[in-house]
Amino acid sequence: MLQEFHIKSYCHIKSQTVSVNGQTIFNDDSEDFSAFIKNAYKFLKTDYPKFFKMDNLSKLAFLAADVLLKNENLNEEENNIALIFSNKASSLDTDRKHQAAIENDAEYFPSPALFVYTLPNICLGEISIKHRLHSENSFFIFDRFNAEHLQLYANSLLRSGKAEKVLCGWVDLDENSYDAFLYLVENEGEIEHNTEEINRLYNIL
Amino acid sequence: MSDLKLELKEKIIEQLNLEDVSVAEIADDDSLFGDGLGLDSIDALELIVMLDKDYGIRLSDPKEGRKIFESVQVMADYIEEHRTK
Repeated sequence: MLQEFHIKSYCHIKSQTVSVNGQTIFNDDSEDFSAFIKNAYKFLKTDYPKFFKMDNLSKLAFLAADVLLKNENLNEEENNIALIFSNKASSLDTDRKHQAAIENDAEYFPSPALFVYTLPNICLGEISIKHRLHSENSFFIFDRFNAEHLQLYANSLLRSGKAEKVLCGWVDLDENSYDAFLYLVENEGEIEHNTEEINRLYNIL
Repeated sequence: MSDLKLELKEKIIEQLNLEDVSVAEIADDDSLFGDGLGLDSIDALELIVMLDKDYGIRLSDPKEGRKIFESVQVMADYIEEHRTK
């Protein structure tokens, strides 16, 4: 019989709200994403100065992951937690800013600090550096939230022993439109790790 | 403080997104990398772009930046001597 897993905790960041396990922990009136995420960072006492150097997609993914992982009593040296993230807009928000910096030959000054974020999976690196994650990570681009794919891949990593836990989900951002839903899968937990429950949690807010 | 050194400190804070760092906290001789402001290699590239964009100084060898970006004082001296705009 195949081993079954559970969802231990989950986080949403959308509609000017940060919530954990369905409970709102921060809400703000800022319609501008940059202002909202900065206020959330300060409210949550995140204390990680490199946060301010990240692009907006990385800020969204980083904060959602941090909300969940800081409760995990992680090892300071190394943690075997895999990351499986997905979205629809890839890194388009940052790609457009980079394009604007290079489309005028007379003012051709591309920013190296911006250019390094013109891939969506960079956010996985930011999370891995902060939490010392030395395990597998993947970022997929889908037309819509794809619970089936996330569930299959997470189960595969856990059953093959390639990860002790898997942080999965959706982090989508384009200008001031944003939607993050991350959940942590492991052996123990209250919620069964199946596509019905994943979709239910995704749509809970 | 000279206008250029003040200007450089403001640019460094703004362009390198140094949240919670103020101009008053950066001494002219503070190291910008390592134990000082703790800037990294991407910040160094960003400073090279800033030299080109704002002062018309194009470094042919990025390794030159190691010496030039030692401190705000060293940067200001170098810019005064080599600026074309």
